[in-house]
Amino acid sequence: MSKPVIATTSLAGCFGCHMSFLDIDERILDLIELVEFNKSPIDDIKSFTKDCDIGLIEGGCCNTENIHILKEFRKKCKILVSFGECAIMGGLPAMRNDIPVKECLAEAYLSGPSTVNEEGILPNDEELPIILDKVYPCHEIVKMDYHLPGCPPRADLIWEVLHALILDVDIDLPYELIKYD
Amino acid sequence: MEKKIAHFTIDNKECTATTGVSIINAARENGIFIPTLCHYEGVKPAGSCRVCTVKVNKRHLTACTTPVAEGMEIEVDTAELNDLRSSVIELLFTEGNHYCPACEKSGNCELQALAYRFGIMAPRFPYQFNERDVDASHPKIYHDHNRCILCKRCIRIIKDEKDLPAGSQGRSIFAFNQRAKKVKIKLDDRLGKELSDELAQKAMDICPVGSILVKETGFKTPIGQRKFDKEAISLDNSINLKAMKEAHHE
Ligand code: SF4
Ligand code: SF4
Repeated sequence: MSKPVIATTSLAGCFGCHMSFLDIDERILDLIELVEFNKSPIDDIKSFTKDCDIGLIEGGCCNTENIHILKEFRKKCKILVSFGECAIMGGLPAMRNDIPVKECLAEAYLSGPSTVNEEGILPNDEELPIILDKVYPCHEIVKMDYHLPGCPPRADLIWEVLHALILDVDIDLPYELIKYD
Repeated sequence: MEKKIAHFTIDNKECTATTGVSIINAARENGIFIPTLCHYEGVKPAGSCRVCTVKVNKRHLTACTTPVAEGMEIEVDTAELNDLRSSVIELLFTEGNHYCPACEKSGNCELQALAYRFGIMAPRFPYQFNERDVDASHPKIYHDHNRCILCKRCIRIIKDEKDLPAGSQGRSIFAFNQRAKKVKIKLDDRLGKELSDELAQKAMDICPVGSILVKETGFKTPIGQRKFDKEAISLDNSINLKAMKEAHHE
């Protein structure tokens, strides 16, 4: 039987959740015995080459590209997991959610104290994804099957959950592993 | 007058308490924890958070405002009631803006602790991202309205007791300002100016969330070593326990 396939991505996140993933330390050797990685920053595969079993999503959706990738993950992965506060509730990027986008862009590109932008141009290259009105939690865009809270989620939590999903067994997570900070 | 003892059951367990004490305290006396965010031992209950909702003879009532009486059949720890409590907690998380990773109260916060206790991984309701502000104008404390759950603990507990005739209640230093969706906690202009260091600290301690914070003391205790980091909120470690001890020594 072929190994289960995992894909991961970081949307509007800081890569901290992926760092915490690497904090499973030497268990990563067990993990690569158990699974195969597809699209992920971990192996640097940029596009899906096959359907996957588990997709881990770090970060919420702050622009059109994030939405595009998230929808692609939903299509390609049987089980989709929000990992980290940003994927679950927008996290720190969502702190802009009660400020109009126009004001955010003006602060960043026009009126910020260290900004030099004489022509007053806002980034408008058509290659660039368009910033959304607010940052959206992943489960408000597509159906997410599981949520792993934490900033970042504890490495042990990631390991326990992945392990259980791969082996398809029930788990009873210890209290200390589920934290929002 | 002799105190009358009430016999009642909580989740089918036979219990006794003095007739007339609130169900929340009667439960406590019988070693049973009923979660709450707004109740505080020794001050008049407000019944504002609804987290302590129990079923008494099949009807939903708040345990902090309902006196215990003879023959009551009380349900506390049932799947239905715990789901209802979770939903209240999830509503509070989605109605305010709770960025726990950036909150000084994280690990000591009772709202968060209850969410942990109920195993909430993500709320069932959509996030509102309501516009709320931070008021840092006071020299000793700041208010982060993003986190306030309007439990009125600060209004009911933090009182100015200077120059008052004995036996009178003291004046509230905190108050509700505005109404409905715009309502927010504000310090009284005059009494607020005289806020002592002790009262400032007490206000921070009794606030169940990270809405009132004392300035220049942040992150003294590192994340990971805080009250609810390793131990779930229970009868033994909630803010109310301390309050209860203080109230009963008086
Ligand atoms: S007040 Fe509590 S729930 Fe809100 S952000 Fe702070 S720690 Fe989290
Ligand atoms: S500031 Fe704190 S104590 Fe006061 S009403 Fe808000 S949550 Fe309750």
